[in-house]
Amino acid sequence: MGILEVKGVNKRFGGLQALGNVNLSVKENTVHAIIGPNGAGKSTLLNVLVGKLIPDTGSVMFDGQSVLGRKPYQINQMGISRVFQTPEIFGDLTVFENVMIPCFAKRDGAFKLNAVGDMLGQKDLIEKAEQMLIDVNMIDKRNMHSASMSRGDKRRLEMAMCLVQEPKLLLLDEPTAGMARADTNNTIDLLKEIKAKRDITMAIIEHDMHVVFSLADRITVLALGTPLVEDAPENIKGNPKVREAYLGESA
Amino acid sequence: MDAIILQILNGLDKGSAYALIALGLTLIFGTLGVVNFAHGALFMIGSFCAVTLSKILNLSFETIDPTRTDFLGNPAKIKTPYIESWFGPETGAAIIDWAVPLSILFSIPIMISIGFIMERGLIKHFYKRPHADQILVTFGLAIVLQEVIKYFYGANPIPTPAPDAFRGSFDFGALLGIDPNVIIYPYWRLVYFAFSAVIIGGVFAFLQFTTFGMVVRAGMADRETVGLLGINIDKRFTIMFGLAAAVAGLAGVMYAPINSPNYHMGMDFLVLSFVVVVVGGMGSLPGAVLAGFMLGILESFSSMNEIKSLFPGIDQIIIYLVAIIILLTRPRGLMGRKGVMED
Amino acid sequence: MLGLTKKDATLLLVVAVLALCAPFILNPFPEGSAMAQFNAGYPDLMQRFVIFGIFAIGFNILFGLTGYLSFGHAAFLGVGSYSAVWMFKLLSMNVIPAIMLSVIVSGLFALLIGFVSLRRSGIYFSILTLAFAQMSFNLAYSVLTPITNGETGLQLTLQDPRVLGQSVSETGGIPVTSLFGIELRSTYQMDLGAWLFQFNVGYYLCAVMLLLAFYLAIRIFRSPFGMMLRAIKSNQHRVNYTGLNPRPYTLAAFVISGMYAGLAGGLMASMDPLAGAERMQWTASGEVVLMTILGGAGTLIGPVLGAGFIKYFENIFSKINDNVLHGWFSLLPDGLENLIVGVLHPFIGKGWHLTLGILFMLVVIFLPGGLVEGGQRIARLFRRGKADQTDTTTKPAE
Repeated sequence: MGILEVKGVNKRFGGLQALGNVNLSVKENTVHAIIGPNGAGKSTLLNVLVGKLIPDTGSVMFDGQSVLGRKPYQINQMGISRVFQTPEIFGDLTVFENVMIPCFAKRDGAFKLNAVGDMLGQKDLIEKAEQMLIDVNMIDKRNMHSASMSRGDKRRLEMAMCLVQEPKLLLLDEPTAGMARADTNNTIDLLKEIKAKRDITMAIIEHDMHVVFSLADRITVLALGTPLVEDAPENIKGNPKVREAYLGESA
Repeated sequence: MDAIILQILNGLDKGSAYALIALGLTLIFGTLGVVNFAHGALFMIGSFCAVTLSKILNLSFETIDPTRTDFLGNPAKIKTPYIESWFGPETGAAIIDWAVPLSILFSIPIMISIGFIMERGLIKHFYKRPHADQILVTFGLAIVLQEVIKYFYGANPIPTPAPDAFRGSFDFGALLGIDPNVIIYPYWRLVYFAFSAVIIGGVFAFLQFTTFGMVVRAGMADRETVGLLGINIDKRFTIMFGLAAAVAGLAGVMYAPINSPNYHMGMDFLVLSFVVVVVGGMGSLPGAVLAGFMLGILESFSSMNEIKSLFPGIDQIIIYLVAIIILLTRPRGLMGRKGVMED
Repeated sequence: MLGLTKKDATLLLVVAVLALCAPFILNPFPEGSAMAQFNAGYPDLMQRFVIFGIFAIGFNILFGLTGYLSFGHAAFLGVGSYSAVWMFKLLSMNVIPAIMLSVIVSGLFALLIGFVSLRRSGIYFSILTLAFAQMSFNLAYSVLTPITNGETGLQLTLQDPRVLGQSVSETGGIPVTSLFGIELRSTYQMDLGAWLFQFNVGYYLCAVMLLLAFYLAIRIFRSPFGMMLRAIKSNQHRVNYTGLNPRPYTLAAFVISGMYAGLAGGLMASMDPLAGAERMQWTASGEVVLMTILGGAGTLIGPVLGAGFIKYFENIFSKINDNVLHGWFSLLPDGLENLIVGVLHPFIGKGWHLTLGILFMLVVIFLPGGLVEGGQRIARLFRRGKADQTDTTTKPAE
């Protein structure tokens, strides 16, 4: 039984079958990659997982509870954090404040009116946020205006914001899309580092095979909205079905 | 039955004005992505074009008529407009009488130039700024424009009559075979409705059937791609701004006989026109027109005594009420496109 | 001090000194001198500074922190005024219960309007608030006449019950507003040589309220709640995916700023016990937007500066007329004098709105951060001049 169980999910957009009978099981403490050629339904699947889309049929269970019909913030409160293709951070806030916000969300829930409280009074949260910044090597940028940082640093900050919530599942949506090789390698290293330091389950939607094979314990190949195979990385490499699906694209 | 027809007719002229202003607002919003709070001021300036032309035509010189005396026994001074002395009394009087329709020709170049100046001089610099900034700067511009008009024309409404030929009323009742004198409707309002229908039709035809219009429509749908095709979309958008200003101006010119122009009429119409645009769906031209007429007619129905006795005060708030309901149930408005102004 | 950082405490202290010494500071010119027309230290104007300051501080909590641009905030001010006047009519002339009722009623009204309007964001939110405010305005003029007294406006009469007070004062007139027996209109005049300073009870009540309001605003800005609001302004998408529900946060900000507006409305009615619907008109809402932007949205002191600036110049500019101008330029040759007066004529007196509109456009175009940003730029110039090219920029370029 995995921490995330997707069973028989179908989603249609008009005449287009975006997802057809998707079954997926992500085991705890693994890195599970979901790959597939363009238009295979990766993004649709991700949007179903985070509550942005509601599937026509099927179920998505996370940690024994259904995520369907819940709002994105409720799903986050269940323990799923998400990293976006282009880093989504609070550009007007400092790096430190960026990390404090998820700390508050984790401790106080979706809403708590603390309008006259003092930030300095939040000692435990401040410590936690600073520790997180040390973990991702950003403590020297603590008081920087986050919008003015490089893209690589923004990515790092976004990861920190997700990790400080101690999520049970970290969803990564093409974390290296549009990156130069060097940045891609940095991101891989960062993810490996994170994985080494803590027990965490990750699901990565990815296009870049280099990233997938460097990180994944388990790979699901989607094609035309349906899972083709699910296997360990070494078995995926030689699989003729996968080659066929990718033929003309990266084979 | 007759009451219903009468209310529909009553709603048409106001609806036409809403539709024309909202059409221009939507053109600007759809093409340039700018929320223009100064659009009502353009409508107001249009109205004052009519005032100005009729003032110009009435410029007179005084002559002394020795054959007549005024009540003090002095020789009477007679004012003769220059126009009458140039074209002869009859033609001259006719030209003065037709000042408002003539203002259409007079106002088009003025409005287009104002539009160009506004876009090149101010709005251009705000394409990349947040919507809040656009609202604020155009709001400031609207204040300036209205104060300038107030400075030159004073604060009081200036009656600007329609030509004599249109001063009467038309008896719809007789036409439809119902009692005469029940459904009577001023001719000028009919003219206004017909005029706005022509303008709206013209704008749509222009966008639909000319290459220029096609490019603009493509630009409204996807500005970046059109830019990538190597088409200079900015220049066309400037022209669209001029066109939108002209539409608002013409709406104002023809509205002058219905509502004596005053300096704050633009603001009064602006708020309602924004509501109209939002109800119609931000960025949708047919939506703007539909919502304009719909709200105009609804407003006139709600001022019927039967309805007012059921819901007191409904005539005061109906437009806002409809807008609130529409926005909450259909956030994109009646005919709005996906992804316009959504976060 | 008071749970504030040193910098914020200094700011509060500066505002406190300014507000409490305003009768001196705003009256720098001797009575009867040519410059006396620039004095602003009389009670009526000082009250307006402070009341609109409170209004703008409240508006800034919504707009400055969350970025939601409300175009209907004057409705709350109007509701506050009506509530206060009703309290004077029914209960007593003591302003404290009246102001309390104003704040509560405006808060409830804001809760209702905010709950509906905040379902949309961006321009849709602006239009929704505008629609609600115009609805309130139109209703106040028509159907709600029994409550609002329509076009005449709500006024006190000799027939009002005033159960805890008296319907008619000893002198047979309508009693005046008071603070536990101290009349708000009472003014102590101090003659100091050629100068005349006025200390008015009503003004000091407003000033104390301003200080409380300002202190609360600082606390809100620096609190976790304030940080959440800034996060919502910065990236609402991320807020959702961080497990936070933005709706109650924005609603709380909306209600708080509505209560500030109610406080301002209540104070306005306390200074002059009447309330009219024109206080709710959308141009009045535009005015508070203007004050906030002019001063600097999102900054603490900006709205207060903006309110003071606009109200001061409104007062001064409207008072200046051609004769005053001729007086100033009388030393110049006649032709030049007339030319200058002619050029300035449209901008003064009744033309004040024109000046305001131009000023407003200039600020939005060149100084989006308002007066506060302008001040910072000047300060930076000075510092650079002094330290001669020490690097003061803390934000590296991307």
